[in-house]
Amino acid sequence: MSEGVSHAGALWDSVAFVPPVQRGKEEPVSDHQVTEVGQPEERVDVRLKGVRRTYGDVVAVADVDLDIRHNEFFTMLGPSGSGKTTMLRMIAGFEVPDRGTVEVAGRDVTTLPAYDRDVNTVFQDYALFPHMSVAENVEYGLRIAKVAKGERAERRDAALEMVRLSGYGGRKPTELSGGQRQRVALARAIVNRPRVLLLDEPLGALDLKLRQQLQIELKRIQREVGITFVYVTHDQEEALTMSDRIAVVNEGGIEQIGEPEAVYESPDNAFVAGFVGISNIVERPGGDFSIRPEKIRVLADGEGGEGLQVESGTIRQVSYAGMVTRFHVALDEGGEVQVARQNAETTSHEDEDLPGRQVRVGWRPEHAVAVGAQSGNETSTEEE
Amino acid sequence: MGRTLAGLFHGRPRLQLGALLAGPVGWLVVGYLGSLAVLLVASFWSLGETTQAVQQTYSLDNFKELLDNDVYRTITLRTVGIAALVTVTDALLALPLAFFMAKVARGRTKGLLVVAVLMPLWSSYLVKVYAWRTILSEDGPLNWVLNPIGLSGPSGNAAVWLVMAYIWLPYMIIPIYAGLERIPDSLLSASEDLGAHPWTTVKRVIWPLVFPAIVAGSIFTFSLTLGDFIAVSLVSKNQFIGTVVYANFTTNPPFAAAFAVVPIVIMIIYLLIARRLGAFEHV
Repeated sequence: MSEGVSHAGALWDSVAFVPPVQRGKEEPVSDHQVTEVGQPEERVDVRLKGVRRTYGDVVAVADVDLDIRHNEFFTMLGPSGSGKTTMLRMIAGFEVPDRGTVEVAGRDVTTLPAYDRDVNTVFQDYALFPHMSVAENVEYGLRIAKVAKGERAERRDAALEMVRLSGYGGRKPTELSGGQRQRVALARAIVNRPRVLLLDEPLGALDLKLRQQLQIELKRIQREVGITFVYVTHDQEEALTMSDRIAVVNEGGIEQIGEPEAVYESPDNAFVAGFVGISNIVERPGGDFSIRPEKIRVLADGEGGEGLQVESGTIRQVSYAGMVTRFHVALDEGGEVQVARQNAETTSHEDEDLPGRQVRVGWRPEHAVAVGAQSGNETSTEEE
Repeated sequence: MGRTLAGLFHGRPRLQLGALLAGPVGWLVVGYLGSLAVLLVASFWSLGETTQAVQQTYSLDNFKELLDNDVYRTITLRTVGIAALVTVTDALLALPLAFFMAKVARGRTKGLLVVAVLMPLWSSYLVKVYAWRTILSEDGPLNWVLNPIGLSGPSGNAAVWLVMAYIWLPYMIIPIYAGLERIPDSLLSASEDLGAHPWTTVKRVIWPLVFPAIVAGSIFTFSLTLGDFIAVSLVSKNQFIGTVVYANFTTNPPFAAAFAVVPIVIMIIYLLIARRLGAFEHV
């Protein structure tokens, strides 16, 4: 199988897929490496400028500005009804903004119909044509673009191989599992070599194991084909795992755009802190601060806690979750925080008698991130 | 009693199935297939030459008469032709309307349209036919409007075509509407997204998916027109299969039976062609 995969990659490239420009530069070393800000020739594949869309009195998208760079895995993360899907549909051409412009690859496509845009979509419900075989589904776009028969077959086979469905071409979509249908939908979209691929919660209907497996595959495929991916999800873990950059969307606006580390480690505000990961928000002089559960430690008796911000509190609740144990600690200074402890050398039994006990907890000052409006100071407040 | 009955059926799936299907299957076999068999058998009988009584001897004379006699050939062709025309007309009228109902209209409009399509089915067939008879009659409202400008309303075959197309239209709209409802909107979006202009989407996605529904509707409109004998005799003086069967029913039952077999054979051929065209696949 691995042999087949590398072959697929080679074949893919041989069909003159991506312009060779920047090819070497785009091989990311880590998942989260992206083009540095300030690099001179940064290409923008999708640009939203002052885009607004309302439905009656409801503002779905409120004056959004957004740049999505060439070849990045860009995720729009937000709760349902936050407007992320509407933004995606405006890029695809299924919605027209009330005002503002949508650009794809530098061209204003605001009022261009979907069939004239160099963009393809992977739909949440896959939207495979039930009367066509897998091969016919994948070839659909090529057929409409009047690609010659030989090249069509070649590109179809390469796409099916890329999603590891070689040999499934003759089947009907109804004969496939959910995960396989999702792969066909992906193959059907990327075979057209669009400038931008839009994915609307493509893994939403699958179970957890399959979802995690396909997350890795999607990331691999994105690197192989070198297409800009715009991915919509409400799953923060999915967003953190796959993305080069994340836009956290809420109530029709963008709360924060940044690399996964930035969004997680230094959320701009309480919404981002709360939506991406579990967040402890405590109110202290100087503003509200967010501290991630894994950054807080319950100190052992007599432990000094040098270099840490130390507070005392009472353990309210202990919940054992296998990999970690979570402590809910009510702080004497006010507020309740969740503390996550890796069960590296501990088990659940040691924690049974803990509820109700007085403990001291500590965190590094830089891990308390100001999310309130009162202060720009990113460290915790002085105590006593 | 109930307990023992429940005990009897418990764990006996075949008995359960048998009890469940005995009624409908019995009805079909006795009431429908049985009468068809009688019809088929009777079509080979004939009338005694002098007695004019039915003789239960088998011969192909009735069918020979149907094939050889120009009058009956013309009547058969006329009936099939009108049925085909009615079917095509209804399909052409139903497709855009059903598409609007299923894919464009929302909420209240959609509900109103469904009711509007179904409403004619709530009133009696005869009422509608008599209404048309009045509209189309020589001194009826249509001619009252058309005559002053030198035109006249349809009569004969044209009148039959018009009335049949009107009466059977809901039977075409409903299956097509249901068929279109079953096509998820995302399929249309996907087609557009993959570069297809609206007309291409109609050709490559909507048409193949809705085709079985059109065939289902056409079976209704075609067979109902083939078999009709009331409306056709009320709005036209032309003879159709139905009117001939009706006229011979008392005087020459074997011949009436033989002519009644003709639309059945035509329908069987029709269904075979439909199956050939793939109308019963991927449903």
